[in-house]
Amino acid sequence: MSVTHDAPIQVRNSAATAQRPAVRGWPDIDNPAAWIVAVILLIMPLIANGFFLIEIFATTLILGTIALSLMFLAGYGGMVSLMQLTIAGFCAYMVAVFGVSGNANISLGWPWWLAVPMALTLATLFGTLGGALAVRTEGIYTIMITLAIGAAFYYFTNQNWAIFNGHTGINNVATPHFWDVDWRADIPFYYVVLAIAALCYFAVDYISRAPFGLALQGVRDNPRRMAALGFNVNAHRVAAYAVASFIAGLAGVLQVWNYRQISPGSVSVGACIDILIIAVVGGITRPVGPYIGALVFVLLRTFALDFLVKIGLDGNRFRLLIGLGFLAIVFWSSDGVIGLWQRWRRSHRLQPDPAGGGRRHG
Amino acid sequence: MTRFVERHPAWALIVIIAVAVALWLIFAVWPPGLEEAIGRKRVFLNALFNGITLGGLYFLVASGFTLIFGLMRNVNLAHGSLYLFGGYVGYAISASTGSWILSFIVAFILTALVGVLLQVLVFRRMEGQDLRQTMVTIGLSIVFADLMLWACGGDFYQIQTPNWLIGPIELPLITAVKSSGEPVYLRYPLVRLVIFLASVIIGIAMWLALNRTRIGMIIRAGVDDRDILAATGVRIQVVFVLVFALGAGLAGIAGVVGGTFQSLSPGEDIRFLLASLVVVIVGGMGSIPGAALGALIIGLAEQLGSVYIPTYAIVVTFLIMVLVLALRPQGLLARR
Repeated sequence: MSVTHDAPIQVRNSAATAQRPAVRGWPDIDNPAAWIVAVILLIMPLIANGFFLIEIFATTLILGTIALSLMFLAGYGGMVSLMQLTIAGFCAYMVAVFGVSGNANISLGWPWWLAVPMALTLATLFGTLGGALAVRTEGIYTIMITLAIGAAFYYFTNQNWAIFNGHTGINNVATPHFWDVDWRADIPFYYVVLAIAALCYFAVDYISRAPFGLALQGVRDNPRRMAALGFNVNAHRVAAYAVASFIAGLAGVLQVWNYRQISPGSVSVGACIDILIIAVVGGITRPVGPYIGALVFVLLRTFALDFLVKIGLDGNRFRLLIGLGFLAIVFWSSDGVIGLWQRWRRSHRLQPDPAGGGRRHG
Repeated sequence: MTRFVERHPAWALIVIIAVAVALWLIFAVWPPGLEEAIGRKRVFLNALFNGITLGGLYFLVASGFTLIFGLMRNVNLAHGSLYLFGGYVGYAISASTGSWILSFIVAFILTALVGVLLQVLVFRRMEGQDLRQTMVTIGLSIVFADLMLWACGGDFYQIQTPNWLIGPIELPLITAVKSSGEPVYLRYPLVRLVIFLASVIIGIAMWLALNRTRIGMIIRAGVDDRDILAATGVRIQVVFVLVFALGAGLAGIAGVVGGTFQSLSPGEDIRFLLASLVVVIVGGMGSIPGAALGALIIGLAEQLGSVYIPTYAIVVTFLIMVLVLALRPQGLLARR
């Protein structure tokens, strides 16, 4: 039994997909909760100060977008890839290398509108090549190979001084500044991040219902049957890697603009695994899951220290808390926080709502 | 062997030529031109021996990993944590009692116990669910890593080599000839050779146990068809627990070896988990000879690479993995 067989079982078990209508319009257009969340996200700068805006919400959206690319591969393609953060990190490095940064002997000094497309192209290429390698194997082997690719990249950035500047990384990366707006200032940057996260979210949601996405889900559920129907199974999988790599690359650009620097520490193996944790904790069957997971993760990372000290424990045990929480989620809910919430909602609803079940998918 | 030569004559020729070149490089006195081109022979021989002995260490870690995976289809991504745990236990024992041998025994027993607990409490509850096993063991490795960081701190530990193994030994391999015509022989740390020999013995013992004994027959049958084996009346859960204990114990022993060769610190768990992943991907999942071959290749690639192309050493390891995946996705010595 491999991962590719596990995933469809999880999906079929959730009530959401069981009652999915055959034809659907835009997602969540008649769901009040989605509208409320959208409005809150839009007026966030009015509510939150700079710290919350960037450290919590922008970081959540960036990490969530990287995890979204993992969710796309795992949820729709049945391929759990641990190299999504590596692709984002590669793209971030490329932005720093082609663009303007403090390391003048490495950076080529291109303007951002040239450096970013170049970085995105290279990152997509990198992720697609890695994917082409990973699709030769299945299930657990995919996890291992993508983990090995991520680790190889991490050690390579540590050792290579010519391009990646060794373990110090590249600092003072320039951020875009045009139309008299500093796009890295807190509020504009928040809206840039929000726009790109929304774009990625709706793109994934759209692809999941487009012919390509449906074929991909078919490949996930029964590759042999899809091959018999004339679909090129491996081509679909590699194409899924290309899409996911592009999404991860976009998030990588935002990440390097956010911190204005990039170093091997941000592509470490632990960070790659954090992305998996985020996607799994949030729920790996729907695009909204990664963002929920990222919010939980960022809140924990930011406030666990204070919380632990307050209840009289050592504040450094934050990773222990994350690990135990992750274990609890994996043990009790295969569909992450969304799964828990849905189960709770189902058990509290006496009469099933005929239109309710299928609406949340997407 | 003959079948391989018959089926792949070109590959066999390449292998024979490579072996001949390697033997010549090891035993011949290098001509001056070659020394100028790629450096001193002593450096080469040291890198070679370091690579082979590192391969021995990798084999100890990877064989446990591949054994557990091969029989039980259990994906234990906490295997690196078992390695580090064994290393810390070995350090504590050897520091408090001063006995190096005892630290191996205690590390083996304690990590084997942790392995049994893992098998009984975790893996038995989620048989056949690869993805959940992966997630749970990733979660466990995070928890273990933090607990070990809590208990042992972020310091580097090195296990003391016992007195009777300290110091280099002169090997009958000529590294250079002095101007007076007197040959210079290679000097190499005795402890690394002894440990390598021990890992070879462990490997051969495992191969014999798997291929020539009844329990080995049961294990191999379990790898092929677990259900039928259970139906023939074998108490397969007991076999599982034993194999898990053995695999985990090997990781613990490897931890002590690693603590003696190199050092123990947080992060080593992930390093060795990845090393064993790459080794078993190259060698072939679930195959003990595959783990041996993969460990040798990766150890050599890492050490020779770090001497001759330091910047790209890690890329060489990775390229080997890519090449193997492209030519033989199931690994070099997998049975499929």
